[in-house]
Amino acid sequence: MREALTIGGNSAPLTRANPLAKFAAVVFITAVLAVSIDWVSAGTALAAEFALFGLAGLTLRLLWQRGWPLIIAAAVGGWSTAILSADSGRMLVDAGIWSISEGSLELGLGFMLRGLAIALPAILLMSCTDPTDLADALAQKARLPHRFVLGTLAAMRLVGLMAEEWQTIGMARRARGIGSHGTPLQRLRATLGQSFGLLVQAVRRASRLAVTMEARGFGGAERTWARESTFARIDIWVVLGGALIAAAALAAAVTAGTWNPVLS
Amino acid sequence: MAASVAGAAGTSAVTRPASVSARGWGWRHAGRTAPAVQGLDLDIRPGERVLLLGASGAGKSTLLHALAGVLGDDDDGADEAGTLLIDGTPPRGQRGRAGLMQQDPETQVVLSRLGDDVAFGAENLAVPRDEIWRRVGEALDDVGLGGLALDHPTSALSGGQKQRLALAGILAMRPGLVLLDEPTANLDPAGVLEVRDAVGRSLDKTGATMIVVEHRVAVWKDLVDRIVVLQPGLSSSGAQQPAVLLEGRPGEVLDQAGRMLAAAGVWVPGLVPATRPRANSGSGELRLAAERLAVSREPARRRGRGRAPVQSGIDAGVSAGRALTVTGPNGAGKSTFALTLAGLLAPADGKVGAAVGLAAGAGTDPFKWKAKQLIARIGTVFQEPEHQFVTGTVLDELMVGPRHLGRGAEAVDELLARLRLDHLTEANPYTLSGGEKRRLSVATVLAARPKVLVLDEPTFGQDARTWAELASFLTELLDAGTAVVSVTHDEEFTAVLGGSELRLRSARLEAGAA
Repeated sequence: MREALTIGGNSAPLTRANPLAKFAAVVFITAVLAVSIDWVSAGTALAAEFALFGLAGLTLRLLWQRGWPLIIAAAVGGWSTAILSADSGRMLVDAGIWSISEGSLELGLGFMLRGLAIALPAILLMSCTDPTDLADALAQKARLPHRFVLGTLAAMRLVGLMAEEWQTIGMARRARGIGSHGTPLQRLRATLGQSFGLLVQAVRRASRLAVTMEARGFGGAERTWARESTFARIDIWVVLGGALIAAAALAAAVTAGTWNPVLS
Repeated sequence: MAASVAGAAGTSAVTRPASVSARGWGWRHAGRTAPAVQGLDLDIRPGERVLLLGASGAGKSTLLHALAGVLGDDDDGADEAGTLLIDGTPPRGQRGRAGLMQQDPETQVVLSRLGDDVAFGAENLAVPRDEIWRRVGEALDDVGLGGLALDHPTSALSGGQKQRLALAGILAMRPGLVLLDEPTANLDPAGVLEVRDAVGRSLDKTGATMIVVEHRVAVWKDLVDRIVVLQPGLSSSGAQQPAVLLEGRPGEVLDQAGRMLAAAGVWVPGLVPATRPRANSGSGELRLAAERLAVSREPARRRGRGRAPVQSGIDAGVSAGRALTVTGPNGAGKSTFALTLAGLLAPADGKVGAAVGLAAGAGTDPFKWKAKQLIARIGTVFQEPEHQFVTGTVLDELMVGPRHLGRGAEAVDELLARLRLDHLTEANPYTLSGGEKRRLSVATVLAARPKVLVLDEPTFGQDARTWAELASFLTELLDAGTAVVSVTHDEEFTAVLGGSELRLRSARLEAGAA
């Protein structure tokens, strides 16, 4: 859990880009894909993203470890779209209410590819961006209030601790005779109790952390930054790259005649 | 202190030691009827180092929080009386003049990279960037963490290292007053010395004033100039009494009032609290055995992904009326072993087997027992008592076990009296003092009358009085035939319980996995 929140020893080129530039690139790609459900634009974007994989220091194994819930969600979404959406074109499979036609298969495929193409840049961004650098960029370049940004950053560190705490509280409760077995209602009650225990610990930890931060002078109006968030030439390339992938996806879909804006 | 400018050559900000003065100072927290501190008169000279002692409830932490300027405002519903000044002005307006270190190492770390965390305080004080990094390097050297990279992940530090990191973060603000609130209570003996020595070195260098709150006098007595003992503003009979019970040079105070302080729970050097000796050596009938046991905290479904168990090949036996002490350095997997032995974690390899007498028809693998079966056989007391609280009052908390097992309240009344909790039956467990929480967590587990008791660091951060009560109580249980397994660094505690020791070696094989 904790490792998943850090970029570890990643030294890939994209780790050197400013987080805001990376964020802008992701926004470009997501904006185009959000507009149309078709497999050509999604497929083009996905192919380009896979080509840039290495630049973010990502491997297929890491991708699966970090993004498996999103990947499975995309696959399930695509499959259910294929069997449940209105049929058109030649019938491929027909099993009563579950049917797959050429039209619904295309829609399902588009849905799945689109899900992946939207999820992948986000995973790419997270795996080559240190949260501290992101906070620096948001506060120094995007001019978000530093109290909010740094407060969130410090709280995020506690999230990893909470995962360990959840396990410990579960064991501690079993040692009190409160197991997570029995009827669904009993299990629900046990989970609620455990959640309450976690909440109490989270609040305690958070208030102690707040005291620590306040005692280190946090909360004043003026503040300097030990790390300067800067833009460099690579950031131009990152933003251009994002725009280019978005434009290519759009152009490919329009050329192939599959452009299918959801809002028209 | 002539050392106040030494070593500061070449840096623009030289530490100016702070003075502290309290006149009739008092504080009542919002929502409380009794004040935490009342009528405090105290003067601390610039550069002086003070050890603050006193029973729990004497207001030691409240005073440190007030000096650190983090107590909140009067408009939160709290009440302030008299004056409390640093260098003649109230603490709240002086950000960075005082630096505070608290007890829980996890919440002393703010950021995820070593250098950034040290820089945090200096950034908040608007120190120029070049100066910040100069201070960061110097502070890390001063606390002995200079050998680590600036981007070293703070989550990979040990407890002692985290506390030294917190000290570095404080030093980088160049405070005139360093406030330490039980800085070593959660640390193993090696960590305690690391932190103490780092504090000593940095104070010798900066000359800053220091106030430390701590039960263990031996650790700090050679480092401080004065001991101040606080007492609650109201006596147990309700009479007003001065907030400062006594003060003076460490040697004098300990000679004069050592026994009185020990009776109040302070760990006075040379005075090991009296405990009840063992009366027999136990029947030795085997209750529980570990065979070639490998232990890991990873859930079973995630195992086998390249991460080795933290410890493997452990053979151990737990017998009726005998104590087994598990020792070893931090990270050796002591707690993980104890939790596995107690049926709370699945063995990564090998097995834990319950003898027929203990299993009593429930199968030999404790991990497969139902929660209800487990508590009547093996009781586990966690390091942090709050993890085990599941109800809203002390009495309900004690009734949980008996109720699950369909038993009456006989055991409960006895435990309440025995562990001095009988005046607290309606109190919320979370509002108890540290010692009371510890006693309650032991009592709740014992209410189910388990034949094997497993305790994880039961004496961490405990005052001498609770320590002695706990140790004596455990010898009674042992004499009555309970098997006691404890994970501990506490040699005196181990000596009182007797029995055998299982020493686990450091298992830092999982390089990079931290």
